[in-house]
Amino acid sequence: MKLYLKIWRQFDTSSKGEMTDYEIDNVSEHMSFLEMLDLLNESLIHKKERVIEFDHDCREGICGQCGVMIDGRAHGPLKNTTTCQLHMRSFKDGDTIYIEPFRAKAFPVLRDLKIDRSAFDKIITAGGFIGAATGQAPEANSIPISYETAEASFDAAACIGCGACVATCKNASAALFTGAKITHLALLPQGKIEASKRVLTMVQQMDAEGFGNCSDTRACEIECPQSISILSIAKMNYEYSKAILLRK
Amino acid sequence: MIDSKIPEGPLAEKWSHYKAKAKLVNPANRKKLNIIVVGTGLAGASCAASLAEQGYNIKSFCFQDSARRAHSVAAQGGVNAAKNYKNDGDSTFRMFYDTIKGGDFRSREANVYRLAECSAQLIDHAVAQGVPFAREYAGYLNNRSFGGVQVSRTFYARGQTGQQLLLGAYQALLRQVSLGKVDLNTRHEMLELVVIDGKAKGIIARNMETGAIERHAADAVVLASGGYGKVYYLSTLAMGCNSSAIWRAHKKGAFMAGVSWIQFHPTSLPQHGENQSKLTLMSESLRNDGRIWVPKTAGDDRNPNTIPEEERDYYLERKYPSFGNLAPRDISSRAAKEQIDAGHGVGPMKNAIYLDFSDAIRAQGKDKIEAKYSNLFAMYEKITGINAYKEPMLISPSAHFTMGGLWVDYELMTTIPGLFALGEANFADHGANRLGANSLLQACVDGYFIAPYTIPNYLSGELNTPKIDTSHPAFDEAEKTVQSQLNRFLSSKGTLSTDYFHKKIGRLLYEKCGLSRSKQKLEKALEEIKTLKASFEKDLLITGDDKLNSELEKAGRIADYIELAELMCHDALQREESCGAHFREEYQTADGEAVRNDTDFCYVSAWEWKGKEQLPELHKEPLVFESVELAVRSYK
Repeated sequence: MKLYLKIWRQFDTSSKGEMTDYEIDNVSEHMSFLEMLDLLNESLIHKKERVIEFDHDCREGICGQCGVMIDGRAHGPLKNTTTCQLHMRSFKDGDTIYIEPFRAKAFPVLRDLKIDRSAFDKIITAGGFIGAATGQAPEANSIPISYETAEASFDAAACIGCGACVATCKNASAALFTGAKITHLALLPQGKIEASKRVLTMVQQMDAEGFGNCSDTRACEIECPQSISILSIAKMNYEYSKAILLRK
Repeated sequence: MIDSKIPEGPLAEKWSHYKAKAKLVNPANRKKLNIIVVGTGLAGASCAASLAEQGYNIKSFCFQDSARRAHSVAAQGGVNAAKNYKNDGDSTFRMFYDTIKGGDFRSREANVYRLAECSAQLIDHAVAQGVPFAREYAGYLNNRSFGGVQVSRTFYARGQTGQQLLLGAYQALLRQVSLGKVDLNTRHEMLELVVIDGKAKGIIARNMETGAIERHAADAVVLASGGYGKVYYLSTLAMGCNSSAIWRAHKKGAFMAGVSWIQFHPTSLPQHGENQSKLTLMSESLRNDGRIWVPKTAGDDRNPNTIPEEERDYYLERKYPSFGNLAPRDISSRAAKEQIDAGHGVGPMKNAIYLDFSDAIRAQGKDKIEAKYSNLFAMYEKITGINAYKEPMLISPSAHFTMGGLWVDYELMTTIPGLFALGEANFADHGANRLGANSLLQACVDGYFIAPYTIPNYLSGELNTPKIDTSHPAFDEAEKTVQSQLNRFLSSKGTLSTDYFHKKIGRLLYEKCGLSRSKQKLEKALEEIKTLKASFEKDLLITGDDKLNSELEKAGRIADYIELAELMCHDALQREESCGAHFREEYQTADGEAVRNDTDFCYVSAWEWKGKEQLPELHKEPLVFESVELAVRSYK
């Protein structure tokens, strides 16, 4: 198929970017969206032009490194799918496709479609862990955890940190990302001891990074490649209120 | 010349003896010592976190935009541990034996025993970190069986075990960042090792965001940069996985071992076209219920559902009746290739075999199959557009895991003092074939439980050596090497892209140094690589600038891949036997089984770089088996 692409080109964080038009032919419906971009880049190289920079790595939907806005939607037209798992059969011959970076104040553009998501790492650094040093662990089965608890914890732990939740949110809120980590750890008995301290420091960091507030539109849940529920946000709010009330 | 430093004493006591005698560094002195760790996958993150917890200063590097994205994240199936929670006869010795046998008796007894010995502790630690492993209803940890062993020792977290273990290690790493003990450098790529007075003392790294070339000095350097299966271009690996860190260390004097031992995973999705970049893995667990077959008549392109039972060849069940569809990876992959090469391949490119669930659906009901594999079936449909409940899956073998890597001794130290290699980057524990669910284990055990003992043992001797400054001439020289290579790429005036060369070298290796090899093919491959090398020198075209530039990044990796490919072929050519993943067509039985030669090849091949135009030099580390009998590895 032949496609008309409008792609965001931006030289660096401080430059002004703009949409640039490209045409691409001979796109097979079996190609992934990123392979279509590979093909376009190959043609740019032959024209001695600078390639379009975009982030990607595993190309199997788990590393969380890829992610662009496609026709205004985070990771494109499919629900709960990463950009790398989107295939060209979702488009048809003659389509015009708009491709932009994930946009948020906390995610500055580095070049073209590549963004800086280190704000996420900073939120985790602020307390998204259990302080178990190597060597301290007791026998694994000495802490039974019910099947349901382990599954619920996993549901939240499955987050891949791609940032689609932020990109799709009109407030650019990181509540789903932060709530998922808080839920993962707060549900487990091992994580309960640090739960109050954790939620306070992580929420504080989330705000400091410049993410917006959650206004409960549920847009994040629809795009999340791991289908993480906004109940994680409720859990974060619950843990937060509890921590504030019990703060000494 | 090469000393594996295996401790004295009975097999089961070697590691405790080592730990009891290893030299320590006083807590007050640890903060005076700096360690560089390249890679933030399971091996790198766990090692960096554990050493930081002890009090050392760590500089950690990864090329991804976050440490959480290292390719350990993609491992699906599970992690093995000899906990014997199922009371089904597992033990450290049994796990050791399975791994030695699975590796076709081409690994070191002492290393493999230690791997099994440390496995139980890893599960304890991961649970303490909050890794949500699968549980039974009573709350205890669940297990499943995996990859052709007779016990259930695999711990798992749905189909995302690697992700969950990695998040545990990543969080432990970031905790140390918060405590100021780890300086984490993301979007950085190591481009050179700095060796001073014969010891590893630092690296040159490139900041991939700004293009800045940086010097980093340390008292020891750890490479945990993963495997190089991506050399085949089409593989199950991430696009950025590369061999550059270990290859550049190799060129600085670290030996490479088992270089051509690459595992081809039997159940990945087949290639569908020329522009494909990746072969997605479908979990091996599918082989518990799927039956593998091809049409008996070569070239039969009827719809699979219309091919009658008597015209199908369930070749794994036919050839290996006792293991059937669950034969180990090397054997299953090779059998698939045999069928495809004989014209029985199916699918649009005739490069696949069928993995058929219709019998399982009939016997167990669609609900049961859905409950077990719905995520995999959904992924399959997302990628191929085919509903596997109605039609058999098309699958094919693809390059997956590198058993080979930097040669390391029992302490995981390379032939360069002060340079350590962990996880998939070293060659150590899997011999010529890795068992399923042992790679996560090895990466974690290396990083959490081995390096934190062996690196201090080395560092205790470094306290009194003078501190190296990054203004040392060795840093000037290393930086110059890096800079001149980058300049050469940026001024390239050819017409061909990096991907063109990557696909070329990948195809060449796949055909001549892939699932099966022969003297004739390998000699041909070496000739072709020479031509490709020359073409890369003059025909490459890199556009863009010296700042953020993914083409520039790829160029360096491909230059290394081409040299690595050459060594892979030398390694495969020299080893005149078939063992594990290394199948030499000349050395097989009448019915196509591998013939190992313990009389002449019971050693590890460790290769030394002798220079660009020189042949590499082989060093042999004899493999001595004291606790197991060398046996023919049969799965019939």
